[in-house]
This record gives sequence, C-alpha cells and structure tokens, in this order.
Amino acid sequence: MSEEHYLELSENPLQFEHASSVNNVFFDEANKQVFAVRSGGATGVVVKGPDDKNSIAFRMDDKGEVKCIKFSIGNKILAVQRTSKSVDFINFIPDYPHMEFSQECKMKNASVLGFCWTNWNEIVFITDQGIELYQVFPDKRSVKLLKSQSLSVNWYQYCPETAVLLLSTSMQGNVLQPFAIRNGTLSKMTKFEIELPVVPKPAKLSLSERDIAMATIYGQLYVMYLKHHSRSANSPSAEVVLYHLPREGACKKSHVLKLNTTGKFALNIVDNLTSLIYDIHLREPDCALNTHQPVLPARSIHPYRIPLTDSSSWSVFQPNIIISASEGYLWYLQGKLPPTVNLLHDKGKLMDFLLRRSDFLEGGEKGSLPVVATVFDKLNQVYKEHLEAEHTYTLVMESGPSRNSAAQKRPVRTQAVIDQSDMYTHVLSSFTERKGVSHKFIIAVLMEYIRSLNQSQITVQHYLYELVIKTLVQHNRFYMLHQFLQYHVLSDSKPLACLLLSLESTYPPAHQLSLDMLKRLSTANDEIVEVLLSKQQVLGALRFIRSVGSHDNVSARKFLDAAQQTGDHMLFYTVFRSFQQRNQRLRGNPSFNPGEHCEEHVVHFKQLFGEQSLMKAATV
Amino acid sequence: MSLTSILSAEAIESAVKDCQEPNSFNYKSFFQLCGLTSKTPQEVKDVFQLLDEDNSGYIEEAELKFFLQRFVPGARALTDAEAKTFVSAADDDSDGRIGAEGHANQAPWRCRQRSQVKLMLMVSPRMAAVTQEKQYTPSLLSFFVYNPSFGPREGEEEKKILFYHPREVEKNEKIRNVGLCEAIVQFTRTFCPSKPAKSLHTQKNRQFFFEPEDNFWIVMIVRNPMVEKPNKDGKPPTVEYQEEEVLDTVYGAVLRQCYSMYKLFNGTFGRAMEAGGVELLVQKLEKFFYRYLQTLHLQSCDLLDVFGGISFFPLDKMTYLKIQSFVNRVEESLSLIKYTAFLYNDQLIWSGLEQDDMRILYKYLTTSLFPRHSEPELAGRDSALRPEVAGNLLHYGRFLTGPANLKDPEAKFRFPKIFVHTEDGYEELHLIVYKAMSAAACFMISASVELTRDLCERLDALVGPQLTLLASDICEQFTLNRRISGPDKEPQFKFIYFNHMNLAEKSTIHMRKTASVSLTSVHPDLMKILGDINCDFARVDEDEEVIVKAMTDYWVVGKKSDQRELYVILNQKNANLIEVNEEVKRLCATQFNNIFFLD
Repeated sequence: MSEEHYLELSENPLQFEHASSVNNVFFDEANKQVFAVRSGGATGVVVKGPDDKNSIAFRMDDKGEVKCIKFSIGNKILAVQRTSKSVDFINFIPDYPHMEFSQECKMKNASVLGFCWTNWNEIVFITDQGIELYQVFPDKRSVKLLKSQSLSVNWYQYCPETAVLLLSTSMQGNVLQPFAIRNGTLSKMTKFEIELPVVPKPAKLSLSERDIAMATIYGQLYVMYLKHHSRSANSPSAEVVLYHLPREGACKKSHVLKLNTTGKFALNIVDNLTSLIYDIHLREPDCALNTHQPVLPARSIHPYRIPLTDSSSWSVFQPNIIISASEGYLWYLQGKLPPTVNLLHDKGKLMDFLLRRSDFLEGGEKGSLPVVATVFDKLNQVYKEHLEAEHTYTLVMESGPSRNSAAQKRPVRTQAVIDQSDMYTHVLSSFTERKGVSHKFIIAVLMEYIRSLNQSQITVQHYLYELVIKTLVQHNRFYMLHQFLQYHVLSDSKPLACLLLSLESTYPPAHQLSLDMLKRLSTANDEIVEVLLSKQQVLGALRFIRSVGSHDNVSARKFLDAAQQTGDHMLFYTVFRSFQQRNQRLRGNPSFNPGEHCEEHVVHFKQLFGEQSLMKAATV
Repeated sequence: MSLTSILSAEAIESAVKDCQEPNSFNYKSFFQLCGLTSKTPQEVKDVFQLLDEDNSGYIEEAELKFFLQRFVPGARALTDAEAKTFVSAADDDSDGRIGAEGHANQAPWRCRQRSQVKLMLMVSPRMAAVTQEKQYTPSLLSFFVYNPSFGPREGEEEKKILFYHPREVEKNEKIRNVGLCEAIVQFTRTFCPSKPAKSLHTQKNRQFFFEPEDNFWIVMIVRNPMVEKPNKDGKPPTVEYQEEEVLDTVYGAVLRQCYSMYKLFNGTFGRAMEAGGVELLVQKLEKFFYRYLQTLHLQSCDLLDVFGGISFFPLDKMTYLKIQSFVNRVEESLSLIKYTAFLYNDQLIWSGLEQDDMRILYKYLTTSLFPRHSEPELAGRDSALRPEVAGNLLHYGRFLTGPANLKDPEAKFRFPKIFVHTEDGYEELHLIVYKAMSAAACFMISASVELTRDLCERLDALVGPQLTLLASDICEQFTLNRRISGPDKEPQFKFIYFNHMNLAEKSTIHMRKTASVSLTSVHPDLMKILGDINCDFARVDEDEEVIVKAMTDYWVVGKKSDQRELYVILNQKNANLIEVNEEVKRLCATQFNNIFFLD
C-alpha cells in the first residue's frame, strides 16, 4: 500500500506545545515559525523555525492577550499585537535595549487587522482603513512612517516570496487590491474582482480570507480562489480557480482545477508541478505520519486528490505546510523521496505509471504511444533547457570570474529534470524486461524516446542504444537492427562497434556494420586492423593501414604473426617483403630492428624460401 | 473535335506506317511516334474519348482491333494477338476492356515515358546505324514447370507437365522438351549428384534449369539474340546468333525470381499440393504465370536482376525517426497490422518484414504495382488523371490495393494475399498498400482476419492525414539536403553499387524502372562486361578488383570488398590505368566515405 503513496508528511514534524486555554499558538508564514505563547508570554514564548532546530525561548510581560506575534526577517525584532490600535516591538539584537516600544496606527478610529514584516526593519500595518508602512529603528526605539494608503479593508493576505500584499475591499469583499512592497515603497497594482458564484442581496461580505490563497507556481504569482462546494447551490463540485497576477498589467483568470469532490478543502503547492488537494473532512483513524491514499488521476493539470486525515483542527499554510495546533505538530508536505530528488522520482513514477497503463490498454483502448511520446517530449524539453543553462554556466565559469559572475548561479535541478541516465535506470531498463509486454511496443517506446531526444537536439548516450540493440537481438530482430544502423539512428561509438562485433556469430552482417562504424569514427584504426587480422585478412589490413598512412609506424610483428598463422606461404612472403621494403625506405636497410622482435619470422622466411630470397641491404 | 486537332497528321501517318506489318504493332512505339506521349493528361483523355466509338467509357477488345483505323481509315486491323496484348497491358482489372480511368492510370501513355524512350534511342546506336541489319534481342521461347515423379511410367509423361508456355505447343513436343530437360539433368547428376546442370547452351537458345522444391523443376528457354543480315539476290537473310551475349547469372536470377514471385503470392508448390493436389497446383501455376510471363522483359534484364537489390531512400536521422514513430503508432492503434513497410519515391525506408521477403515484395511493388498506379497527385487537381477517389480533401491518401474508392457502396474489400517466412514455415497475409503523394506504406494483416469496410475506413482516417504530412516532410527534407550538398552535377562516371549484407543497391546507370522495361543509359556491351566481372567475383570469396578497357573506349572498373561490390564506368578514353584507379578512389571517397570499403 505505502508504495502507492506519492505524498507524505515530513518525517520529523515540528513539535510544539499544543494549543490550550493557557497556550496560544501562532504561525508566521513569512519566517515559517511557530510561536507558542503561554499565558500571554509571562510564562514563556517558544519559537520554532522550520530548518533551525534551535528554538528560541523567551519571556515577555503579560500585557494582555496576544493577537498576533511575528519576528522580523532574521529574528531581529519581535512585533506583538495585543490591542486593535497598536503594535509593540521588542529588540532581539544583542546589545540593544530590550525595552518594549509601541506604535499606534496613524489613522484615527482605525483598528489594526494585522501586520507583516517586509524587511528586517520594515513593517506594514493593515488596518480596516488602509495600510501603513513603517521603518523601525531598534537602537532609537522609534518608528517612522514611510508611506500610507487609505482604503477600506475587509481582510488581507501576504505573500512573503513576492512581497505582495492582497487586500480585500468592497462590500462583498471580492474586489482584491494587490500592493507590491519593495524598498520602503508601496506600489499599487491593478485591482481585480473575483467572480462569485452567487451574488448575495443585500450585499454582504461573501469572500473570506479562507477562500483565497496566494502561491508562486513556476515563478509566477497566482491568487487561488478555493471555490468550496456549497450545498445549497447546484454547483456540481468544488473547484480551484487560479488567477495569474503579473507584476505589470491586469490579473487574469488562467486555470480552473476541478476537484470532483465536495466539502471543505484546503490547498497546498508542492513544487510548482502538482497541486495537491486534500479533503480535510475525511477522517482516518491513524493520523500519525503517513496519511495518503492511492493516486487517482483527476482532471486537467494532473491534480491528485488525497483524502486526508484528521479534521478541522488542521490549518493549512502555503506553500506546503500543515499545522495541527491542537496536537502541536507542523508538517511539511513532500514527495516521497528526499527533497532533492523527490520531484524527479515523482516524474519518473508518472512515466512509469503511463507505461504501465499502456500494457493495460493492450487489448482495449489504443493510442497510448502518442501519450508516451508527448510525455517524452515534455521531459526532454525541460532536460534540454537544463543542459543549456548548465552549458552557459560552464562557459561563464571558464571565461573567468567577470563582473557579473556573482549573478551567475549554478543552475539547480529544482525542476523536474530527468536525464537519460535517470530514464535508463528507473524506467526503460526495467521496462524492457517486463514480461507480458510485446517487444514491438518496447521497441516502439525506446525509439520514441530516442526520437524525442533527437528532436530536442540532445546527444543520446550509448547505453540507450545498447538497450535497443539488446532488445532487438533478444527477439531476433536483426534486420530491424540493420536498418536502424543503416540510417545512423544508433550513432557511432566504439562501445557500440564492439557490441556489434560480439554479435557476429549470431548475425554475420554485424561484422560489416561494425567495421563501417569504426571507419566512420576515424579514431579507431587500430581496432580495424585488429578485426581484420583476427579474420586473417592480412592483406586487407595491410592495405587499410597504408591507405590511412600509418604503415610506417605499425608493428610488423603483428602482421607477420597473422600471416604465418594462415599457413599461406605466398601471403607470408608478400607481407614479409612489404615490411622489408618499408624498412629499406625508412632506414635504408631491409632488415628488422631488434626492437621489432621479428627474428623468428626471419628464420621462418629463410626456411621457406631460402637465404637468397631475403632482401639484402643495398650493395651500393 | 478530331484527332488531328490534338495530334499532327504527319505523326499519325508515320506511326501507322511503322506498324504496317502484321504483328509489328507495339503500343509504346505507336504512342511515341504519333506524339501522344508528349500530350497533357487532358489531351490524352480527349483522344481516348475519340477512340471510344460507342461512348461506353471503355474501349473493348473488339473496338481495339480497329484501333489503327480510327487514326487512318485505310490502316490494317490489329491481329487478335496484338489486340490481346494491348488490352492486357492497359487493362488493370482484366475485364477485357480499357476504361478511361484504367487507361489514365496505365503506363502506356504517361508523359514521363517520353524522356525515357528518347534515351533508349540515343543509347542504341546499333539499331539506328545499321538500317539494313535487323537486331533481335533475347526473348522467351518457352517456360515450363514439371515434376518427374508425377508420371514415371511410359505413356504417362503428360502428367509430369504442370505448366507449359506457350500453351499452343503440340502435346508431343511438350513431352519431348520436358523429357530432354529431364535427361540432361539426370545425365549431369552422374558427374555431380548435388549440383546438376543449371543451364544448357546451344547455338539458338539457352535453357535454364531450376529445382526450387524437391522434384519440381522450372525450365526457361531463352532465344539467343541474333542479327539478321539481308542477302542480295532475294536469298533469305542470314541469321547470326550471338550466343555469347547471354549471361547465365542474369537469366538464372530471372528464373529464380519467377519462382520467388509465385511463392510470394501463392506459397510453395508443396502447399498447393497439400491443399488441393496436382489440380490446384496446375490451376495456380496457370493463373499466375500466364500473366507474369507477359511482364517478363528478357531483353532488359541485366546485372541488377542478379543482385535483386533494394534501393534505399537516403534520409536524415530525424525524419527517419519520425517515420519510425508513425509506423509504431499505426501498428499500435491497429494491432491487426503485423508488419509494415515504408517506401518513398519507390525506394525503401523501413521494412518490418525479413530481408528475403522484402526483397521480392520490393520487386513487386516497384516493377509492377507502383508503375501501374501513376501518381495522380502530380497531375494537378482538376486534371482527368486525378481519380475521383480523392473526394477527401483533407489528405491525399488512397489505397493502391483493395478498394479504389472507399465511398463507393459497392467497393470490394479484397486485398492481394502474400506469403512470408516465419520461424516455423509460412504465414499468409493481406497486403494493403496505401499511398499518399510519394510516400507508400504497406500494411500486412494476417489472412485469417476478414478485412471490412470499417477497418479500411479506420485505416484511411488514421493513416491518410499522417502520411500526407509525412510525405511533404520527407520531400522538404530531401530537397533541403540536396541543396546543402550542392546541385547535382552530372558525374563523369556511372556506377552500380551493391551490398550483399543489406541488399542495398544504388545505380546511376539505370533510369527509373517501369513495369515493362528498365532503361539503362549505357550501351548493352558495357552492361555485359559488368555482368562478366560479376561472374568473376562470384567465383572467389576474396576481395578483388578488375579494370577493363572496353572496345568503345570506356573504362570499366569492378571492385569487391568484403560483401560489397562496386562497378564503375568511366568515360575517359585518354586516361591510363593509374588515372582510372585514382578516379575510382576519388569516387569512393566522395560517395562511400562512411563505409569500410577497401581501396
């Protein structure tokens, strides 16, 4: 069962004291920190981050119930909101005074909905009447207003990666006004409206912050509208509507993910590719760690539905965090394998999944090959982009550190890059051995992969060719093999030529194919000579070595040995004389150098043809 | 409209005059002479309509007898034999009449032929120069199949004979001839039991013996070429037989090919015997060879028949892989298809069949099926040559075997059946040949499956658009490659290349092959030299090289390296041996630099 699960919660969940009457739990999405505040901070605050195991623990005075608590970036300053009017700050920089200081919102009668740190010392307050951007000076214990904007706000969402603040305005709350906050400036982006399924009359707030999430997918900011199924309406099923929010220009509705489920749900993003949806209403008895259900292929952009466990006390944060406050756990949702390869494997499995499907389809449904082809093409497109990025990087590195070298980062394989060796080891090699799949289909898939690589102009590695050859040979499809080689579909390489040579006993033409390949490589003249000599084609070898112009530095012994072995005296004579002539030309003397170790051949020659037949040194 | 508005009166006259003698009518030379071969398809169609006396849309055999008179009122009628040959050449559905469409699709008056015939005239100086002498090319005298074990007793000899061409020969003569062959084979067996005589040379003819299956013998008797020299004083002309002109290897290969072709469509003799005894075998032989022998053109057989090679279409890797992908997809979605072969421009690109089967199928496709179905695509959209089949505007695909028009409610879904080797014996397959523009795909489906309209429609819908696209892709790629490699310069040399390992052949000597003739651009004497060199090569296993200076000042070079053979004809009369050798080396370096071919 567990192998079928492709998603899991991280193995070591972050543990914290669960929420209770004396313990409040907060989560800061920007720093991904969990705050456990006991008794308003008087009996201690424990902060746990995602990566750093070291938690921060401190005490602060209990000045009332804490509504919101967040560290600035880098844990420099702690901001605590206790009233609806003001936010208090505490320095966490060593050597700075630890005294709290406080800031009230500027607008009169406004109440602070919350705040977000946008830098180590910049904070934005969101009030029901607008937003205010402040700079905090911890040394002076003072706060300076940088910018403010007034508009009525229902609620807000903040995306730390892109520093975009999304405000809900209007009566129904469905007019969203995004702001980009950068370097102490507030820039208003184009506002947009979410289409509501039902327009309530009279107008009332009908879009809540729970319905909206922001996430970056493929480096683009999306606003996701979680359209929950409402039992009253006739909407067939829940869906997620993605609005693409570009830096410039208007926001566009770009994708709809159909869920085909009903009930409430939350949404996570695990690495750009997959949107994961769980129905947090379904219960599963054992909610400890691995809480997955088999993969179900769903609609459109491969969303998979995972009915999850333990109910409503779960909070889901972007991009992939699940918190159970009541139990005191924080999990990361992740793919099955360790983070670096998790996607890769994920994709590999997808491939596998498709391939497995195809033999299911053997009898009935048809046309899985085009699907496989499309998948290959997509994979290889990404692979090619990665290769190119790597290539540029190498080029830049080789050209020496230049001015902009700092900007050049080594391309990381974050995206689903699946190279040939992954494909070979994880998918193709096991696929070719799978029983019950027709060899025709196996070969078709292999050729399809090679075609796809070629189409992306990626050099195909020889082990893929070897796999093709192996498969063809196994099924006695020699003629097919011959045709592939004839059209140079299987590119030349020494390993391949050697493999062909080894096939000669079962398929004689392989000999010719192999020689042709060696010839084309043009770096394999020695191998050609060896092959010819082993076939006792001594004259052929001699002619060949002459035609490529390395007659002068070839080992005479090798040829003489081969000639002697044939038992053909005339052949031996010819070869012997040919080398004597060579010696004459090179050194002015027909005899062999001692280093050439041809003494026994000289003796043999004398025995056969007599002393007088030996070519004598020119008697000038 | 009259004929003379299309064809010139002079041309018609000379054409009719040319065949004044009974039995001298040859539609090819006739159409050539009257100028029809150079007319547009529409004009050809008009001529056809004028000839179709009763406007039936068909020219019947009876009408055809007065064919010449439709051109010139006083001309003679065609003999029965001439009319028959004419009909059988143009009539593809063997209903004894020529239809407008049948005609249009047929070889006789295609425009393409024009240049070829001209070439033929150009290269046959002997015929043109010596007007007084009459040259006869080798021709088929008789062809028979017998099995000695069927009539071992005296008086039962007739039973041995399974097929005899020509049919008209008197029974006793048949028996005599068969007996003679039997005797010769038996006699030579006493010297070498395993290798009895393969051929018998006589002054007037040459006989070839072939035993394809145990006790089944096929014999072909070829009349030697001869020259008839007229004598003065009204004496009968002297006939000189040129018995040395005939090459054993060439006609031996032709004979074997006859059997292979029979086997491709009928399976072995043994199979027919098992299925229906001698009676069925006799029937099958009669049915097959009666038509096949008419297509045998012994005068144009040469070295290429010995090789029986396959010409491969040169293609870059990517396009090749696309074709692979296409074939795999079709085979996957129509799993009935067992094998697929892919050809372009009558050249092979992919074969799922084994080599030997492909070799003979290739021969059939390129010399019989394809030439019969000229390319209506080339004829333009509204030309008469374009059959109505192309009602489908989305693609150019059409069936070359089976239904001519899918939309025709009475279309028959019958495909030729072929036999191919398997690990254990033979299997029978339907042969579906589907073509779009210059790309042809052959799909082979087990004969046990009944092919239905539904299947054909599915195939058409699936393959048609893809194949059309692929064909234009290949065409584009091909012209692109050609442009890169530079314009085709007329090379100084002509060559034939053959590789025994993959049967690849390449010839710059032969023009495009048609159903009837393969035309060469060199003198027959040179072809003979090539054949001789080939015989020499066949004798030994080792690599060899032969350089010959022909009487006509041409140099002929033959090279054999491993399993490859290369024959080059150089037209450099002042070159010496060394220069010729250099020239050939250069040719190898440019044309064959990617194979291991020893200098």
